Amino acid sequence: MSQATAPAVPVVQRVRRRRPIVLLLRRAWRLTRTKVGVALVLLLLGIAVIGPLFAPYTADEFAGTPYEHPSAHARLGTDGLGHDVLSRFLWGGRSILGLSAAATALGLVLGVTIGLLAAYSRGRLDDLLMRLMDVILAFPSIVLALVAVATVGPKLWLLVLVVGLTTMPRVARVTRGASLEIVERDYVQAAEAMGEPRLKILSGEILPNVTSPLMVEASLRLTYAIGLIAGLSFLGFGRQPPAADWGLMINENRLGLTIQPWGVVMPVLAIVVLTIGTSLIGDGVARASAGIDPRAGAE
Amino acid sequence: MTAPVLEVEGLRVEVESTGVDIVDEVSFEIAAGEVLGLVGESGSGKSTVALALLGHTRRGARIAGGEVRVDGRDILHRRPPELRALRGGTVSYIPQDPASALNPALRIRTQLEEILAAHRYGGRDRLQEMLAEVLLPHDDAFLRRYPHQLSGGQQQRVAIAMAFACRPRVIVLDEPTTGLDVTTQAHVLATVRHLCDTHGVAALYVSHDLAVVAALATRVAVMYAGRIVETGRERVLFRASAHPYTRRLVEAIPEVSGRHALEGIAGTAPRPGQRPDGCFFAPRCSFAVDACVEAFPPVERVGDRHDVRCFRHTEVLATAARARRPAPELPAADAESVLIEVRGVNAAHGDRQVLFDVDLTVKPRQCVALVGESGSGKTTLARCIAGLHRNFDGELTLRGSPLPAGARARNRETRRELQYVFQSPYNSLNPRKTIGQIVGQPLRLFYDLGYRDAHDRIASTLERVRLSPSVMPRYPHELSGGERQRVAIARALAAEPTMLVCDEITSALDVSVQAAIIDLIAELQREMQLGLLFVTHNLALIRTIAEEVAVMSGGRIVESGKVDDVLDAPQDAYTRALLADTPSMEAALAAAEA
Repeated sequence: MSQATAPAVPVVQRVRRRRPIVLLLRRAWRLTRTKVGVALVLLLLGIAVIGPLFAPYTADEFAGTPYEHPSAHARLGTDGLGHDVLSRFLWGGRSILGLSAAATALGLVLGVTIGLLAAYSRGRLDDLLMRLMDVILAFPSIVLALVAVATVGPKLWLLVLVVGLTTMPRVARVTRGASLEIVERDYVQAAEAMGEPRLKILSGEILPNVTSPLMVEASLRLTYAIGLIAGLSFLGFGRQPPAADWGLMINENRLGLTIQPWGVVMPVLAIVVLTIGTSLIGDGVARASAGIDPRAGAE
Repeated sequence: MTAPVLEVEGLRVEVESTGVDIVDEVSFEIAAGEVLGLVGESGSGKSTVALALLGHTRRGARIAGGEVRVDGRDILHRRPPELRALRGGTVSYIPQDPASALNPALRIRTQLEEILAAHRYGGRDRLQEMLAEVLLPHDDAFLRRYPHQLSGGQQQRVAIAMAFACRPRVIVLDEPTTGLDVTTQAHVLATVRHLCDTHGVAALYVSHDLAVVAALATRVAVMYAGRIVETGRERVLFRASAHPYTRRLVEAIPEVSGRHALEGIAGTAPRPGQRPDGCFFAPRCSFAVDACVEAFPPVERVGDRHDVRCFRHTEVLATAARARRPAPELPAADAESVLIEVRGVNAAHGDRQVLFDVDLTVKPRQCVALVGESGSGKTTLARCIAGLHRNFDGELTLRGSPLPAGARARNRETRRELQYVFQSPYNSLNPRKTIGQIVGQPLRLFYDLGYRDAHDRIASTLERVRLSPSVMPRYPHELSGGERQRVAIARALAAEPTMLVCDEITSALDVSVQAAIIDLIAELQREMQLGLLFVTHNLALIRTIAEEVAVMSGGRIVESGKVDDVLDAPQDAYTRALLADTPSMEAALAAAEA
């Protein structure tokens, strides 16, 4: 082809210029389950964040006698010490949401770093890192958490650290698995041949291409973290009374379950709805990225 | 002419959710013993048609209209159990990738018995017969093997044996030789041809490779954007096509027998849902008039069993087929100096040695083609030079100074001078980066440019590969395969290299796109005075682009020299075999006319 027959190749005009990750989220959004999940999580997030503004009492104010039934001045009755259940419920979400989000974030950062390093380096470093992760995985996370808290004491930062550390190996596995295939791609090879710094290859070439599985994993890990943190604070290793916390509330009020169930029912319901919400979102993103659900549409 | 075995009438397949047509108004018929070649470029809908013959569609699509009849009996409107009995029994299918069609966990015997049992056909001795038909060993040892213990060609033969097992009336072959070497391909094609002849099977052979189709098919249907635009006898169609698209397609085919310029077709085929009113080819057609954009042309008969959908077919037919232009002269290489020199290189993958004592020289401004079949070690050699394969010994020099193994051991200047273009543009561009970021990568690494300067350099580099700078903010998935390969080339050129290694850069592309890319590479090589190592399995390409050729087999260079000398008078037995097995349209047509 000489100049005469070499026009600029026209590019398809009607293009939607969107980042691939945005396209994925859009497709996930088309699924009902994602919408329901987002609605549930937003509802709980709303209760935890702005709920305290509407609480008739502070978390440790006494509103009446113990185990009072719902009435005009205590809409959901009172707990074993005479605190207003509704107020403690509204105050008690912040800690559990904040702690589990922080723990998940920590686990993600550590896990992604280790997973990327393992997949990219191969060889000995890979073996070393992954065996280390296996050791952590071998312990049930709740046992690991109990040991740590029993040694150091119920500190909130410790809760975040321990739950983050138990989240790390699972995230690392997923990251490594997804990255192993990406490392072989020609664009990584091209960057290698040009001598792109290794850190830049990890962050610029590999990481952006494993975000879809990581998003799914993140919401799954968040679900687990919520459960774990709620469990630990139920056992008394989280926030200490008289502070309000959903896990703690369940423990405080379980003795009065037959007399005044709301002190248990409300936090349980909240935790259940929250975990279902996060896992629905994760499932929606997973379905959209796997392309198995025709309702999400194709790429 | 006997009554057709297979009749397809007005077939329409559409996207389930939107009702947008993928293919429409597809009609053809195939007689017993006849092979109809269905050719088209990727996205033309040829595989959709192939699957529809089995009453099947891909997920998300459905057969929305038309009829498919075998021996006069409709096969589309059947209940699932009837369809199952039909598939593999009356109509059978040979897939593109035999490795994924065979169950890796089952022995060959089990898989062959399964198909016979499913259709209650034949007994024990039939098994041996089936294998003998496709020229495979038919002893127990072979039957006990697992698919991974067979070569690609053998796997495809097993798939063919299974397809012919129950003496089907119709057989659908969906690019069955795409992943195979030319030698294996030649054998598989001969087997298919023989079986169709002997058993009077009506075969639909789907392919993007016109040279293969010319060698095998008796009639050819050309698909473009979901419609069949021309049908006719293979000789008529390729020598005197009445549709402009067929003409351009034929001109894009590389030909091993002569040095032609390859001409691509500008623009891209419209995708489903974006097809224009009127003739779909009109926007890319030099014959187009006003009528072409107003209505889709109907099928018109222009000769003996020669149908075409074009308003301008008389004009097209009146225009003599353009004599193929010879390729432009290659630039003169420096006789004395040497750009890249490879001396006595031995390389290994793990413990397995793949290169044996290889010598190769590329002079400045010279294009050397490295030809070989898959597994010959040609890519490994290219990767050694590019610094992507470190496990080798021997001498590797750039302008006389030794090149360390591994790109990271080389200095920045060397890495800049030596650029590599990968085989598949679907794999070599980071899907999460914009085109601007991708092409800007070498600039960031090798040049300290400000934002403005870098932006201008990226734009001018994109223009050099005939892409509009407006693609800069786009992502790779928004571009077609050919455009993506241009981006990959632009990334290499942005570094202003002196030596470019091209590894099978057109093997993932359609012929018309391949022609344009080859043309571009040849032009860029002249313009930028590049040394070029052009790695390919396709002998037909090298006359157009290369001055010298090295033929590789089994990790050794078996023959090298000037391209014309090697192709016209091959000295080595392997080169001769390779040449003989390379499908050539000229040769096929000449044989048919004789």
